Amino acid sequence: MSEFREKTSIVDARVPEGPLADKWVEHKNHVRLVSPGNKRRIDVIVVGTGLAGASAAASLAEMGYNVKSFCFQDSPRRAHSIAAQGGINAAKNYQNDGDSTYRLFYDTIKGGDYRSREANVYRLAEVSASIIDQCVAQGVPFARDYGGLLDNRSFGGVQVSRTFYARGQTGQQLLLGAYSAMSRMIAKGGIKMYNRHEMLDVVLVEGKARGIIARNLQTGEIERHSAHAVVLATGGYGNVFFLSTNAMGSNVTAAWKAHKKGALFANPCFTQIHPTCIPVSGDHQSKLTLMSESLRNDGRIWVPKKKGDTRKPIDIPEEERDYYLERRYPAFGNLVPRDVASRAAKERCDAGYGVGASKMAVYLDFKDAINRMGEDVVASKYGNLFQMYEKITDENPYKTPMRIYPAVHYTMGGLWVDYNLMSNVEGLFVLGEANFSDHGANRLGASALMQGLADGYFVLPYTIGDYLADDIRTGAISTQSSEFDAAEKEVKNRLHQLMNNGGTKPVDYYHKKLGKIIWEQCGMSRNAEGLKQAIADINAIREDFWKNVRVPGTEGELNQELEKAGRVADFIELGALMCQDALDRNESCGGHFREEFQTPEGEALRDDDNYAYVAAWEYQGAGMPARLHKEELHYENIKMVQRSYK
Amino acid sequence: MNLKLKIWRQKGPKDNGKMVDYPISGISPDMSFLEMMDVLNDQLVEKGDLPVAFDHDCREGICGSCSMYINGEPHGPGRGITTCQLHMRSFADGDTIHIEPWRAAAFPVIKDLVTDRSAFDRIIQAGGFISVNSGSPVDANAIPIDKHDSDRAFDAATCIGCGACVAACKNASAMLFTSAKVSHLSLLPQGQVESRDRVLAMINQMDEEGFGNCTNTGACEVECPKGISIENIARMNRQYLGAAISYSPPKATGGGD
Ligand SMILES: Cc1cc2nc3c(=O)[nH]c(=O)nc-3n(C[C@H](O)[C@H](O)[C@H](O)COP(=O)(O)OP(=O)(O)OC[C@H]3O[C@@H](n4cnc5c(N)ncnc54)[C@H](O)[C@@H]3O)c2cc1C
Ligand code: SF4
Ligand code: FES
Repeated sequence: MSEFREKTSIVDARVPEGPLADKWVEHKNHVRLVSPGNKRRIDVIVVGTGLAGASAAASLAEMGYNVKSFCFQDSPRRAHSIAAQGGINAAKNYQNDGDSTYRLFYDTIKGGDYRSREANVYRLAEVSASIIDQCVAQGVPFARDYGGLLDNRSFGGVQVSRTFYARGQTGQQLLLGAYSAMSRMIAKGGIKMYNRHEMLDVVLVEGKARGIIARNLQTGEIERHSAHAVVLATGGYGNVFFLSTNAMGSNVTAAWKAHKKGALFANPCFTQIHPTCIPVSGDHQSKLTLMSESLRNDGRIWVPKKKGDTRKPIDIPEEERDYYLERRYPAFGNLVPRDVASRAAKERCDAGYGVGASKMAVYLDFKDAINRMGEDVVASKYGNLFQMYEKITDENPYKTPMRIYPAVHYTMGGLWVDYNLMSNVEGLFVLGEANFSDHGANRLGASALMQGLADGYFVLPYTIGDYLADDIRTGAISTQSSEFDAAEKEVKNRLHQLMNNGGTKPVDYYHKKLGKIIWEQCGMSRNAEGLKQAIADINAIREDFWKNVRVPGTEGELNQELEKAGRVADFIELGALMCQDALDRNESCGGHFREEFQTPEGEALRDDDNYAYVAAWEYQGAGMPARLHKEELHYENIKMVQRSYK
Repeated sequence: MNLKLKIWRQKGPKDNGKMVDYPISGISPDMSFLEMMDVLNDQLVEKGDLPVAFDHDCREGICGSCSMYINGEPHGPGRGITTCQLHMRSFADGDTIHIEPWRAAAFPVIKDLVTDRSAFDRIIQAGGFISVNSGSPVDANAIPIDKHDSDRAFDAATCIGCGACVAACKNASAMLFTSAKVSHLSLLPQGQVESRDRVLAMINQMDEEGFGNCTNTGACEVECPKGISIENIARMNRQYLGAAISYSPPKATGGGD
């Protein structure tokens, strides 16, 4: 038997006993191990090759497990993590500004507005320093100073410099590090890589996750893959909004299929709207582009003091500009957390002070930074971001301020996991953005990369052993079982239905419609009435979609419309759950702002007496309300206070 | 804008394929090239035709998925951009635009504009890594690294693996891609230990995949969206020569305990 105690309820996280600072070390000392000889007899499926999946796959293969890795792109190196720009946090205290594990832990809990699990967050802060060591050893070229040591910058919501970065391409460099580690293990035979494969279901045998059904996207073939455990590292679901900063292919399908098979989906309404993105330019828009938060280190955000001011920004004198973040939040100024900055921008635009053609934008101005440091220094810090902005907008940010507006960026919600990162389905582990993770109701900048790599390099490799120790005598899992038969049949039926319904409308038509509803009713601010209406509207979209969507071509070939259709079908169901979750939570916290619950100054008003819980939802059938399980959050080491960045 | 598109259509790997004409209207100059393709595809679906398959994901120039050969240039007109970063304002009303997949023996076409670039992955698998396990590495600041070396390593490491260098080269050589990884790793103290084995293994794999030889025409550098410099090729050649001359492969030692 595992040292790990029995569960007392479906949402028992089984957090180890003992003082906060000792939990992880003690736990690692007591989880069961699998001997090297036995690891060779154990197969693990890892779906996803972003930071979380690639780091997990490489680490597990190095330890001796047989790993099968899956991604829908043509190469694991192209996972969405590649696009992360700004940086990765770690409590190294290289800058000697008083940083520590405790401070990173505290900032993350506070930034998440007291809706995350204490023990997990502490562990994240604890392993953060090792991540940087690991990446440097792999050859990740982080920024350095002239003494040859690593450089740091600061990000929103904190008062120390703990963010490591590689120009504006930190995610790329970290992912290429993990990808190279994976490549090494692919060459050694420890990982079998399946590119252009999409997982379409998880297979449970006697209640345990024992495999997946995947579609080979190149040939259309439906394949069965078995293993002793399944790890999902399939990223976030921001694309439910249609427009987001996520890569076009990012989707919820893997997580949603697991949810339908019994895995609880936690806090689905906690989504992050990032304050600094390039505004929407027209109906043709297919995605939004982030301008890294690091820009808020040196850029100042403002709108004109006069409503509907149409002058060019450079013609508006200093005293007629409203640096509203500096005005409202003097202590943190432009570096308030994302949820606060986004809502403040929306507030100004809704009140009629927005700029640009659409009036749905605010300025991010580098004039003072250029005067202070010179254009060269600004270029060396942010050059590629400025260039990216100019390519898209045709405007030069060295000469005129950037126009920015909030956009969907990250999803804090995801599949519920316990302290070992296992969902309530035995043998189904969930890592990275796909789990509900450590960020509570709002994620701090540069913490997603940290979490993905912590999960994959330093947490799962230890905790999965505790589960797999029971499987050393199981032998290979057969794919010729009634459970695999049933799962495959279900997948095929669904594809068949999409192909043959004789509809007329392209998939994007439905995706845009869904996105608009969710953005308006379950975006930066929400209210009960809007949410109820949204649920009804989304259910109507679902019915219409299954009747009238048109997917051309055939199942047995590369068919990108079919891929999109499957993903949108799942987004539609998820959308209804997000609204249900937002409706249940009669409080405002972090990214979840319910108009009915705010302070007189318009700040989020939490209700700790009634809502200090993780909302973990159990699937009850399409179009049916899900069933709520509450994981109560207990803070033993931190006092819950109203967040203030004033 | 009104445009005449001429697009390569190929049903599958074994199909012959041909250029097909698609007139398109109502295109805004603010659209990205791929958004223009989205408009075309939605129109094709509504008409009951098959949409054009193309690879894309991030749509911000970093994942390396997008890969269209536009009017005779990989990633189209404009320097330092990928296909997804190309905007319709780069074209004029009434233009004819030719759109084809990458052409190289080592990148076979899968469908329409989608090619198989897994050869690049295999080159990296041959040696594009530093052999270190997850676990307990030394402190990140234990080895200071000269900022200039670290910056040059970074420049080389920004390669996105798109394959435009191969598509631009008349020999379909993968030297720019391979040398970028070789340079990135060998410029760092952590990567120097294995540099000899690495350069031999990666070049060997490159040849096995059927990429052509480098004849120093420099077309790759011009078309590379990330500005990867051909200095990297020179650096790799030096390392390769050094390694090939001094190197004898280690003898396998079996048995023992
Ligand atoms: C523009 C942008 C900038 C960002 N910048 C930062 C930053 O500076 N710092 C920071 O900390 N965070 C940042 N983030 C957030 C961070 O990048 C992500 O949260 C993180 O990379 C997610 O990693 P992941 O490994 O969980 O998933 P992903 O990287 O999204 O990977 C998902 C993987 O799953 C695979 N997959 C998904 N579904 C399936 C399926 N059904 N079948 C098979 N495979 C599947 C995909 O192929 C992919 O390999 C940024 C995000 C964006 C959008
Ligand atoms: S070297 Fe340049 S062109 Fe070649 S794959 Fe890398 S980024 Fe693309
Ligand atoms: S789609 Fe990612 S680089 Fe173009």
